Amino acid sequence: MSNSTKNHAMDMSALGRPHEEMSMDQETIALEVPGLSLFYDTKQALHNVSIKIPRNRVTAFIGPSGCGKSTLLRCFNRMNDLVDSCRVDGEILLDGQDIYAKGVNVSELRRRVGMVFQKPNPFPKSIYENVAYGLRIQGVNNKRTLDEAVEWSLKGAALWDEVKDRLNESALGMSGGQQQRLVIARTIAVEPEVLLLDEPASALDPISTLKIEELINELKSKFTIVIVTHNMQQAARVSDYTAFMYMGELIEFGDTNTLFTNPSKKQTEDYITGRYG
Amino acid sequence: MKQSNFTTWFKTGSPWVWMNAGAVAIAVIMTLGLLFLIAVRGLSHFWPADLMEAEYTIPGQPTITLIGEVTTREQVPTERLKGAGLPVDPEKSEFMERELLKVGNRDLYGADFRWIVADWLTDERYPEDIIAIERREWGNFYGYLLSVNQDGKVVEGEQARQTLEAAVERAESIYAEIRALETGDIGKINSELERLRLRERGYELDNALTADREAQIEAERAVQNAQYAELEAKLVNLYTAFNRDSLMARAMDGQEKRISLSTVVRVFRPNAMGITDKVGHYFAKLWEFVSDEPREANTEGGVFPAIFGTVMMVLLMSIIVTPFGVLAAVYLREYAKQGVVTRIIRIAVNNLAGVPSIVYGVFGLGFFIYFLGGNIDQLFFPESLPAPTLGTGGLLWASLTLALLTVPVVIVATEEGLTRIPRSLREGSLALGATKAETLWKVILPMSSPAMMTGLILAVARAAGEVAPLMLVGVVKLAPTLPLNGNYPYLHLDQKFMHLGFHIYDVGFQSPNVEAARPLVYATALLLVGVIASLNFAAVAIRNHLREKYKALEN
Repeated sequence: MSNSTKNHAMDMSALGRPHEEMSMDQETIALEVPGLSLFYDTKQALHNVSIKIPRNRVTAFIGPSGCGKSTLLRCFNRMNDLVDSCRVDGEILLDGQDIYAKGVNVSELRRRVGMVFQKPNPFPKSIYENVAYGLRIQGVNNKRTLDEAVEWSLKGAALWDEVKDRLNESALGMSGGQQQRLVIARTIAVEPEVLLLDEPASALDPISTLKIEELINELKSKFTIVIVTHNMQQAARVSDYTAFMYMGELIEFGDTNTLFTNPSKKQTEDYITGRYG
Repeated sequence: MKQSNFTTWFKTGSPWVWMNAGAVAIAVIMTLGLLFLIAVRGLSHFWPADLMEAEYTIPGQPTITLIGEVTTREQVPTERLKGAGLPVDPEKSEFMERELLKVGNRDLYGADFRWIVADWLTDERYPEDIIAIERREWGNFYGYLLSVNQDGKVVEGEQARQTLEAAVERAESIYAEIRALETGDIGKINSELERLRLRERGYELDNALTADREAQIEAERAVQNAQYAELEAKLVNLYTAFNRDSLMARAMDGQEKRISLSTVVRVFRPNAMGITDKVGHYFAKLWEFVSDEPREANTEGGVFPAIFGTVMMVLLMSIIVTPFGVLAAVYLREYAKQGVVTRIIRIAVNNLAGVPSIVYGVFGLGFFIYFLGGNIDQLFFPESLPAPTLGTGGLLWASLTLALLTVPVVIVATEEGLTRIPRSLREGSLALGATKAETLWKVILPMSSPAMMTGLILAVARAAGEVAPLMLVGVVKLAPTLPLNGNYPYLHLDQKFMHLGFHIYDVGFQSPNVEAARPLVYATALLLVGVIASLNFAAVAIRNHLREKYKALEN
């Protein structure tokens, strides 16, 4: 990470991304968090976080370990409900509807807001059945429909050519990178609106990581993507907008180029220049 | 210096390794030793041993001729022989050898076995002419063949043997026919008649026995009775043919005995048999043991009904215990709020596994049989009262009692399996929009199926070897029919059944003929171990297959 000047925290041109300025004003909003606090028992993990996630863009959450970025991500599909001691205060609007309102169908929400986890977690089933899982859950059993959906999803996850001849083999025989792309295929098979990626490449080798990043770039035309990452270069490479979180608070949120090259907060600059974290 | 050598040696860990290896070695040796002992004792029983003929003279008494099979030899203190009233001199030698001779011919001498003092035996010989006759009653007969009466024609001498062979074969085939008729067709008619009686009684109890119905039942009964009369006539003919031939044989003391071929299972001449014949005879006997029904108060014949009963009961027990245990475990682990109550339930379940099995037997008798069975009889089978239907021990209650006995194992093993499913997989499924129930059905339960199988394996191992509770809830010494047969409703859950474990106890300790039964105790024990082992291997094979299929993620 070279910082040629004091103002330029990161040399964005070195990452080979186009220099386009983005502005929040022109975006439609997919997810809106007007002010959210989250507690584990009495310990507060998120402090009144407010953020707007733009549609069909890649938004990255960065920050040191334990800053609450994964916790925030898991709020978007109510995965935190699984933790007994967890209590959420505030609301999250998905297309204007509060997902924490009473009577919300959590399964339906999770279908609309898909999630990919840090470690690849394919089911011990065949590749085909892994991808078809979400559709079967919805009651789709028509062979043609499933075949088409599986092919579309695997192509979407840039995996089709590698596995088209062994769809009926166990998914556990694939490499880690393939497994992670399979999990992405599995997730996009149910055609969610939002795709949450929780450090999707942290358990993978550099080549696989690269493939996942390319995939993210392609997927953003169809999905709103939110990605949590430890790797700041990755955030800089793949995201359009970046949020920096620290100690359960959202410190700074803006378009990626600005945030990395000209952060407005001292803490952000310290973090991306590697002074701590 | 020596001290420090010892310390160094100790620190290398060698003594620890030796100790561990020693413990393993002792366990292996004990297991193999046990199997070896029961295998040798049990399997040698079927070997056709040579029959010895010898002169036996107790000093001061006339010489007698003995024919028999030497089963054991042992050294006994002379004092003891003297105490038994034998004219021996303890001064001369402290120990004397005595032999246990199986002389057979229980109908002539009262006992099959006789202890003899080896020193007083003279002129031991093994004549090829001695025949051994296995009979359906009175045990074996040893002696010489004199003549065969075939269809009123008496054949003597060399020809008698060939005639006998053919005649025995004929009798054997008639016997099979009679058995098939009695247990098959006639058994069916009997069960039909019984059902008609119950139907009639049922109508009577409901005050619904109209003339129409009575006439109909009467008509059906007449049909059955006509069939029965027909079969009976056939049976009488068969029995006449069966009893036609007989043989005349001379026992060791010169008595001549007429033996009807209808009581003969097989005739052979052990002293004249070559090694091939003996091996053939051995396997025939072995096959008889596993495939035939017991004879003579379980001291002869086979143990097939006991094998069948054991396997049947274990299978039924598995069918009952698996869903029950799995459901309980799923609730405890997945749905119940983890807290004091679930902890108490877990402790209770674990303690249940430690309750002595006879207590379960008592519970089964009191609750299942008297309470449940009694009430079911009152409600659903009033027509057969006062004879109990389910209000007495039977296959169903025995299986239920054992299911209760083994359910803690299944619960614990399944819970263990459920906790081992990686959290990431549950989340993966939930994140795709599956509900908790769908996740359970499609991911968690299939993946924990190897753990359930482990629980089932432990349950089977425990249930198959259990005897004490069974004595209270439905096992009998001799069951007339198998619990699964061709008569409606085919699977007779209310029927009493035989069990290998109980068979061992019965043959070993309740038998009137202890010496004859002893080898069967070993043979049956070996068989029981074999049955349990094969049930286990089957379950292990299924589990390994499932494990391979649902191999969990490495991370």
